Amino acid sequence: MRPAWSIIFFTTMSGLGLGLAGWIILGLLPLMTPASVMGVGIATLTLIGAGLISSTFHLGHPERAWRALSQWRSSWLSREGVLAVIVMVGLAAWFLAAYGGLRVPFWANLVLLVLLYVTVYATSMIYASLKTVARWHHPLTPVCYLMFAAAGGLLATLALLAILRLPITAALAQAAIVLMLSAWGVKLAWWRLAGMAQHAGSIESATGLGQLGAVRPLMPPHTEENYLQHEMGFVVARKHADKLRMIALALGGGLPVLVLLLAPASAGALAVAVLAHVAGMFVERWLFFAEAKHVVTLYYGEAA
Amino acid sequence: MTMLPEPSAIKLGLVIDLDICVGCQACVVNCKEWNTSGYGAPLADSDAYGESPTGAWLNRVHAYEAGDGANSRTVHFPKSCLHCEEAPCVTVCPTGASFKRAEDGIVLVNEDWCIGCGLCAWSCPYGARELDPAEGVMKKCTLCVDRIYNDNLPQEDQVPACVRTCPTNARHFGDLGDPNSEVSQMVAARSGMDLMPEQGTKPVNKYLPPRPRRAADEAPVSLVAMAEADTPTGFWKWVDSALDRLG
Ligand code: SF4
Ligand code: SF4
Ligand code: SF4
Repeated sequence: MRPAWSIIFFTTMSGLGLGLAGWIILGLLPLMTPASVMGVGIATLTLIGAGLISSTFHLGHPERAWRALSQWRSSWLSREGVLAVIVMVGLAAWFLAAYGGLRVPFWANLVLLVLLYVTVYATSMIYASLKTVARWHHPLTPVCYLMFAAAGGLLATLALLAILRLPITAALAQAAIVLMLSAWGVKLAWWRLAGMAQHAGSIESATGLGQLGAVRPLMPPHTEENYLQHEMGFVVARKHADKLRMIALALGGGLPVLVLLLAPASAGALAVAVLAHVAGMFVERWLFFAEAKHVVTLYYGEAA
Repeated sequence: MTMLPEPSAIKLGLVIDLDICVGCQACVVNCKEWNTSGYGAPLADSDAYGESPTGAWLNRVHAYEAGDGANSRTVHFPKSCLHCEEAPCVTVCPTGASFKRAEDGIVLVNEDWCIGCGLCAWSCPYGARELDPAEGVMKKCTLCVDRIYNDNLPQEDQVPACVRTCPTNARHFGDLGDPNSEVSQMVAARSGMDLMPEQGTKPVNKYLPPRPRRAADEAPVSLVAMAEADTPTGFWKWVDSALDRLG
C-alpha cells in the first residue's frame, strides 16, 4: 500500500499524544504550578490535534471532513473521529480543572483513560478491519498500536517530568524500559506472524479460472500504471525492509532504552530519546503501509 | 447511514461470459464515455497528453492465460463493480457517501458527501473503485443507474452502456434476485461463479466460466474438407457428370 505522509504523521503523533495524556491522568505528573499544567496540557492537545489535522491532508475534500463523524455505527474511521473529538474535549476540561486546582473524581479519570485507549484502538481497527490486506487483518495489529501509545507516552511523560525538574523515580524509569521493550517485542512478533499472513486467494481463485490450470497474466488492462497499481501495489520498501526494520528498532526502541538505562534523569537525553522514538515510529509506520499487499494485486500478477 | 440495507428482492447486476469476451475493450471505452458525459462529475484523466497519462476507469478488461500446453487458452476478463450483497466499501465509509440501494441493490457514491478518504477503495477486493484525479471524490460503476431507469431513452438503450455496446454479447444485465430472469437462468445453466468468494462479499455480478474444450482426441477440423461438398448438387452435379463423361 502506498504510504501517505499525512497518515503516518497522524497515527504516530496522535498515538504519542494520547499515550502521554493517559499517563498524566494516571497521576504520574504531580501537578505543581498552574503554568506547567497549562504547558503540559497544551503540548498534549497539540500532539493529538496536529495528528488529527494532518490526517485530513490526504483527503480529496478536507472541507467536508466533519461528515466523517456521522457513520460511527459501521465505520472504524468514523468511530475514531468521534472518539478523538470527545477525548480532546474531555482532556481540555481535565487540564482546565487541574489548572483551576479542582480535584477530578476517580471515575472521571477512569472514563477518560479508557476513552483514550479506545481511541487508539479505533485508529488501529481502521487498518485491522480490512480483510483485503492480510498483513493488517491480524489480532496483533491493535496490540501494537496500543503498546506503542503506552510506551511512547510514558517516555514522553518522563521527558516532561525531567524538563519540569520533577523527580523521576527509578521504578518509573524501569517501568518505561519494560514497556518499551514489550512494545517492540510485540512488534517483532507482528513482523513474524502478521508479516507472514497470506491472502486466502490466488490468481486462480481470484479469476475463478483455476479449473483450467495455472493462470498467468497476459496483458494488463492499461499501458500505464493505474490508480490501483499506484495505490495498492507499492513495492519500494520491500527491497529494503530488513534494513528499515533495524533502523526503526534502533531509533524507536534501542536508543530510548539506552537513555533510560544510562541517564534517566537528564532532560536533554530524554528529549533526544523522545525524538529518536518518534523518528523510529515514523519508519515503523512507513513500513506498516509500504510492506502491506492488497489482495487486488493478485489480478495484476502479484503472488499472494 | 452506511449500514447495509436488508437484502433486496431485486438484485440488479451483470453476468459476464468469459467464454465470449474477445477483449476488444469496447465496454471499457463506452463506460468511460457515458460516465464522463453524464451523471455526476466527469470521469477525469490526468496528464492525458503528457508523459504518463492516467485516469479513472470504472471498468477494465484484463487478459490471462490459463492452463498449459494444448489446453491453454487466452481468457479476456472484464471487471467492474460487482454490487456486492455484503459490500465492505459501504460499511467502511465514514461519511455515508457510499451506500447500497435498498430497492435494487445498486451500490453508489454520493459525490456531494464523499471526502475522498479512499478507504472504500482499500476495502474493495476487486479494485472496483478509483479516486477521481480532478474531482477528489470516489468513482465507481453505477450500473448505469442513469440509463436503466431513464424513460427518455429508447427501450433498447435502457441497459448499462457496457452491455449495450458489447459487440459479442458477453455482458448481460438483469435481476439476479429473480430465479426466472434470463440472467439467473444463464447463471444456473453455466455454473456462474463469484470472484474471490473467500472475501465474503457475496457479489451480485456473476461470471460464466469458459466452456470446456472439445475433447483432445477429436480429429482436428480440416478447412479444405469443409470447403468441398461431398456430393455436388444442381448445376455442379451436371458439370461433374458431364466432365466425368468427357474423360
Ligand atoms: S465490487 Fe467493490 S466497490 Fe463494488 S460493491 Fe463490491 S466491494 Fe464495493
Ligand atoms: S472515499 Fe468517499 S465514498 Fe469512499 S469511504 Fe471515503 S468518504 Fe466514503
Ligand atoms: S454498468 Fe455502466 S458504469 Fe458500470 S461498468 Fe458498465 S458502463 Fe460502466
